[in-house]
Amino acid sequence: MSWTPKEPIVSVRDVHKRFGAVEVLKGVSFDVMKGEVICIIGPSGSGKSTLLRCINALVPIEQGSILVEGQEVHDPALDKLALRRKVGMVFQQYNLFPHKTALQNVMMAPLHVLKQDKAEVEARARRLIKKVRLEGKEDAYPGELSGGQQQRVAIARSLAMSPDVMLFDEVTAALDPETVKEVLVTIRELAAEGMTCLLVTHEMGFARELADHIYFTDRGVIVEHGPPAEFFANAKDPRTRQFLSQIL
Amino acid sequence: MDLQPVWDWFRWLYEATGIKLTIFYDDFDRSRFFNGFLTSVRLMGVCLVASVAIGIVGAWLQGARSHLVRLVVQAYIQFFRNTPPLVQLYFFYFALGSYLRITNENGLSVPLVGNFAWAAICLSFYAGAFNVEIFRAGIEAVPRQTIEAAESLGYSRLKAYLYVILPLAFRISLPALNNNLVNLIKTTTISYAIAVPEMLYVANQIWSDEVNVPEMMNVLLVVYVSLVGLLVWAMSRWERAMRVPGWGVS
Ligand SMILES: Nc1ncnc2c1ncn2[C@@H]1O[C@H](COP(=O)(O)OP(=O)(O)OP(=O)(O)O)[C@@H](O)[C@H]1O
Ligand SMILES: [Mg+2]
Repeated sequence: MSWTPKEPIVSVRDVHKRFGAVEVLKGVSFDVMKGEVICIIGPSGSGKSTLLRCINALVPIEQGSILVEGQEVHDPALDKLALRRKVGMVFQQYNLFPHKTALQNVMMAPLHVLKQDKAEVEARARRLIKKVRLEGKEDAYPGELSGGQQQRVAIARSLAMSPDVMLFDEVTAALDPETVKEVLVTIRELAAEGMTCLLVTHEMGFARELADHIYFTDRGVIVEHGPPAEFFANAKDPRTRQFLSQIL
Repeated sequence: MDLQPVWDWFRWLYEATGIKLTIFYDDFDRSRFFNGFLTSVRLMGVCLVASVAIGIVGAWLQGARSHLVRLVVQAYIQFFRNTPPLVQLYFFYFALGSYLRITNENGLSVPLVGNFAWAAICLSFYAGAFNVEIFRAGIEAVPRQTIEAAESLGYSRLKAYLYVILPLAFRISLPALNNNLVNLIKTTTISYAIAVPEMLYVANQIWSDEVNVPEMMNVLLVVYVSLVGLLVWAMSRWERAMRVPGWGVS
């Protein structure tokens, strides 16, 4: 059962997830093809972050299945390292390692986890830092960088593992409007290079421009979805309409 | 370097004022005091390193999945934190030590573990119990999201602990660790009670022989203050060296 790029790179089927008594995901299904950019939007608490965290097995699911490149993510026998090499994740709060410089943050996982050659890792890390437009900041500590700069280091850090899929969880939500742009430019470039991206975002303009498909979630279910043009022009569900009218 | 003039000066001091610092001008006292000093420093060195290692491993085991492992660690901490160190030392030396004996080639029953080793073991576990709690507090102060970021990059639990959690927790813990290690240094003197020939023990021998209790008391105070001062200085240098720009309290 080997995966081919003709099949979805991420396939989510009827996923249920509860935290204690609260059912956060109540049967979510969708597919993402290689190279696609999908945006997940929805009100706070609707389970968007939880969904992304399920996809790279940071939290277990109760029911359903999630396949990444044909591999069941919640198979207990799954090699989590193999999965996490394929799936990179960037968080709202950047979550850089504060005791390491920008360059070291990018180099750490390939060195510690993949045990790759140091010189090669460093060369790659420097290229990535350049790619996210942070040349000259290699030796700065996270505490010495702005939010937007930290977030770009976090993106470079994920890319250093050469993932096939990137998950972005409201990566611009903690940034001021000026620096949002810097980060969006980086993501736009990644998408243009053919990286498969799953974005949770509140940047509707960005979603409209970049997404191949938009999913609107509310209270643990996908209420409505479609290509951006269609989705924004004629959303049918009242919940979607209300959400869009508030945010646009 | 010839120190004879120094020794002569202390002899002159004694003759002129009656201040009897035999540890300087008497060769025998000087050598036994110096050996006592070295024994103390060795004991401190061993216990500092071992207690920090115990703290690191214990804090790791406290997060273990196995309920039994966590229970054992908790029992260890409670035992060592809630009993007097002197009683612990007696317990190890007299109770455990009396079982751990072997018969040597001459047919004599000798202790398997010497008194220095017992003191080192007991004091390391004593200070280690506090270090576990200190490191645990540091670990709990590491943001959950930072650990999650490490996980999402493929770090296993052990690797995340070694490369992310511990370096951060260690920095957070340093001030509290500092206090505990100073305490450890001072507590090494209780090994006097099981006749480890450390500084207090030899000082006692010297003042019994020379009848110079006040002088030896002063010497002890000065030496211990200096040793503690040295540790505090080294720790604060270390703290500064490990400081991360833009992170933490200072
Ligand atoms: N570890 C957890 N333990 C218990 N409840 C949790 C946990 N993580 C999330 N939840 C709950 O699950 C629900 C969905 O949370 P989630 O973070 O997925 O929402 P979200 O859509 O990302 O919201 P936001 O837009 O505010 O980030 C919330 O009600 C939250 O309180
Ligand atoms: Mg969220």
